[in-house]
Amino acid sequence: MTTETTEFISTGKIDTDSVLTVEDLSVTFPGGDGNDVRAVRGLNFSLRRGEVLAIVGESGSGKSVTSLAIMGLLPTNARVGGSIRLRDRELLGLDDRHLSDIRGKQLSMIFQEPLSALTPVYTIGQQVSEALLIHNDKMTKRQARDRSVELLDLVGIPNPRDRINAFPHEFSGGMRQRVMIAMAIANDPDVIIADEPTTALDVTIQAQILDVLQTARRETGAAIVMITHDLGVVAGLADRVMVMYAGRPVEIGTTDDIYYHPRMPYTLGLLGSIPRIDAQGGSSLTPIEGNPPSLATLPPGCPFVPRCPLAIDDCKTIEPPLEPIGRSGHLAACIRKTKIEQENLQVNDVFPAPEIAAAAVARIPRDERKAVLELDGLKRHYPLLKGAVLKRQVGTVKAVDGIDLEIREGETLGLVGESGCGKTTTLLQILELNKPQEGAVRINGRDTRELTGGERRGIRRDLQVVFQDPLAALDPRLPVGDVLAEPMRTHGMNRKEIERRTNELLRLVGLDPAMSSRFPAEFSGGQRQRIGIARALALTPKVLVLDEPVSALDVSIRAGVINLLLQLRAELSLSYLFVAHDLSVVRVIADRVAVMYLGRIVEIGDVDSVYERPSHPYTQALLSAIPVPDPVKERQRRRLLLKGDLPSPANVPSGCRFRGRCFKYEALDAQDKARCENEDPPLYEQGADHKAACHFAEAVMVV
Amino acid sequence: MTSPTEALLPSGHAPEGEAKPGAAIDDTAVTGRGRLVLKRFAQQKRGLFGLLLVVLLILLAFVGPHFSKWSYTDHDFENFLTAPSKLHWFGTDQTGLDLFAATMRGAQKSILIGLLVAVFATGLAAIVGSAAGYFGGWTDRILMWIVDLLLVVPSFLIIAIMSGSFAGNWILFVALLAAFIWQITARIVRGQTLALKEREYVMAARYMGVPQWKIILNHILPNLSSLLIIDATINVSTAIILEASLSFFGFGVQPPDISLGTLLNDGQNAAFTYPWLFLFPAVFLILLVLAVNLVGDALRDALDPSAGKAQ
Repeated sequence: MTTETTEFISTGKIDTDSVLTVEDLSVTFPGGDGNDVRAVRGLNFSLRRGEVLAIVGESGSGKSVTSLAIMGLLPTNARVGGSIRLRDRELLGLDDRHLSDIRGKQLSMIFQEPLSALTPVYTIGQQVSEALLIHNDKMTKRQARDRSVELLDLVGIPNPRDRINAFPHEFSGGMRQRVMIAMAIANDPDVIIADEPTTALDVTIQAQILDVLQTARRETGAAIVMITHDLGVVAGLADRVMVMYAGRPVEIGTTDDIYYHPRMPYTLGLLGSIPRIDAQGGSSLTPIEGNPPSLATLPPGCPFVPRCPLAIDDCKTIEPPLEPIGRSGHLAACIRKTKIEQENLQVNDVFPAPEIAAAAVARIPRDERKAVLELDGLKRHYPLLKGAVLKRQVGTVKAVDGIDLEIREGETLGLVGESGCGKTTTLLQILELNKPQEGAVRINGRDTRELTGGERRGIRRDLQVVFQDPLAALDPRLPVGDVLAEPMRTHGMNRKEIERRTNELLRLVGLDPAMSSRFPAEFSGGQRQRIGIARALALTPKVLVLDEPVSALDVSIRAGVINLLLQLRAELSLSYLFVAHDLSVVRVIADRVAVMYLGRIVEIGDVDSVYERPSHPYTQALLSAIPVPDPVKERQRRRLLLKGDLPSPANVPSGCRFRGRCFKYEALDAQDKARCENEDPPLYEQGADHKAACHFAEAVMVV
Repeated sequence: MTSPTEALLPSGHAPEGEAKPGAAIDDTAVTGRGRLVLKRFAQQKRGLFGLLLVVLLILLAFVGPHFSKWSYTDHDFENFLTAPSKLHWFGTDQTGLDLFAATMRGAQKSILIGLLVAVFATGLAAIVGSAAGYFGGWTDRILMWIVDLLLVVPSFLIIAIMSGSFAGNWILFVALLAAFIWQITARIVRGQTLALKEREYVMAARYMGVPQWKIILNHILPNLSSLLIIDATINVSTAIILEASLSFFGFGVQPPDISLGTLLNDGQNAAFTYPWLFLFPAVFLILLVLAVNLVGDALRDALDPSAGKAQ
């Protein structure tokens, strides 16, 4: 399908089949000091009917601004140049009234944050109907309602006829994103722009949403512009990929070309920084060092020079144009592209993966190492109360419902599961260090039930935490030096010591000690997370609890932080409890992994066993939901899609709590089904250090 | 998604901070928050100007009267309602009272009342509000009952009734004024604390073992400083005006003692006929409030990193 489309880019001929043509688009925001922010520069592409184009890049690369420019939603102070044509109609320069006719009818958008994209005070039905009625004068409310039900059914909302009267807060994140898609396809648009549609969602839900997008494309024949920072997500969906850097496209080509023959070092770097579930555990990732340049003060040459290992002096003089390379339709903007092609350089040739030595403690067999953190039948139930004055208990939220874990010295345990499965509650229960409702927490062999106040403070030194959102985890009003000094002051170190240790810590996490008098807001996301890690290390703890430490970061930055964690673990003999919903990150860092579902652990074991021979259907589904940055593999993979969302922990099903979403349960005969319904499965041994809580567990290769 | 302009900003103003090789580990002094705030405050001209103005006004009010041969208790029976002259710098009123001596005496009272009430009221609001929000439970309920109770008590009436018993005891008067203007701020502080308490940096501090009162002091209150400073600067003028209106009804500062408020009340009828009766106390009050506001603004910017380099 792509030959003619791509022809256009190289030859400049107008392709009459294209639904959306963007030519020489530029967007500039006026900035202070006469330095205008040039957000998008010289962007060309055209989209054919039914085609999926992925625009990939880090935050600040101009991809979101591009989508807003197409929708005509840029703030009024933006200066837009070039041309954007939808079929034959020029969109630039149209006034808002005319644009409103086009938006939502021929051109629609799916936003990143489904939680804020729907109005909380109207029902789902009213909002979908509104999208229909506004563009169809002749449609009656009755018809709009019927069509809404059809649309909701199409995007996979169960019982759409009843659910249409629900309000947005009654829907989960994934469900709301489905509603957004239903609204986007309501008027059979020509082009759908999806701006990071799955970034805010869990992996299992992400797989469902990508699936719905495929359906939407099939049903409406719309072209899709898919904007993302994660090359992994689009491998199976996109026809073509455009990589953007510093406001310009730096490489464009068919999906296969981009993934198998990348010719621009930045693309290579992006590919190398993705943690892969099909890789061997323990190998480090290849980060792209440094940050994207400021768009207000761009250097004259190629903007990627400061981060590029292949840069030569010529790169600094002029910005290389997009030129064809290799197969027709593959363009790259790099002086060194022919060298990369001739020598067929791979990711690791350009960005060598840093060597990370193994920790000394790792050589001791696991059984002989001390346990640093143990959970024993830990439970946390919350009463569900009703009534304003006289509260009565109407139920129990079983957030954590009896889990056993053990982390040995120098070991990393990955705790994974969808949001709402009880990961965070478990973690908070450990960090509180108080008496659990039921069960026990032992740190370094000390039971938290028997601690006095002073002892508890002492034990806090051994157990520290790194939070998910690096900006929220640092007090915005405290300079970094004080942020790092706080734990040390609390535990009574003197000034001289604190000063020495602060500098040492900043160096340890790869930051300059001269930055200690800056405020957190002056750092980039990756740097902030490094500060968070440094603070956690201040008291030389034995165990670090990492609560999704990289999920708020860009993919390229993520790799650097993961490598830092690997390196620190080796140097300082740390143990990690690594909480994540992303199984691919866990594969890189963890020695053992525990999969959690609805307050229970359903599968636990060493990483290689669990990833290569997942035995619980839930683990299998989780693993199969993770996209692999390999288009051929991705197209051939069989997805084990889970039905619906995680049930509420206030209403746990009898017997096996996973059976409502289990594909295995569906296939069982009545007698076996009864077993799932009546008997709560214990953790059955599946091999050495590998257990799964399923009556009918059997290993399946899904990666 | 993020707003377009936000997405455009370079993700870090600083280049990725590679540790400089060769630099010894001990060589970089760590600047703490206290010194950093002082430095940032010192960089702002308007803040320094405001501070200078406050100091000058206080000096003028307390030292100035020594240079004049008139006292606020004297009456010059040869000069009634004379315009400013060499003899009476600010003129005289209908009883021959020297306006300079009177304004200075009034300023002494009003500066004390205004500044102290502002500090007391805002301080009380900060302590009660943050404690109620942070500790929650019964602490919260009891403190908020007190706040609600004080909100419905007619403060004017209480001061009026109690004014007899604090004749001459101005500290008690300050305490009473403060006691009647802090509640709404306390409620706002409580609400903000509830939100701040859930922030991850507060949780991080808790899991480090930082004592609770230290968390309130180091994390909660600094993040409410903009609100508290604005509240305090507004309270300065509120207190001076409240005191004036109380004095007008015969409570508060009583003759022969003088405050800026009583002077303004006496002089306002003559604002156009004998302008010096009104003008001098009014200008003094305006300068005082302006100076306090300038200091407050500068302090707020010094404490708030997102204010950037203040001009």
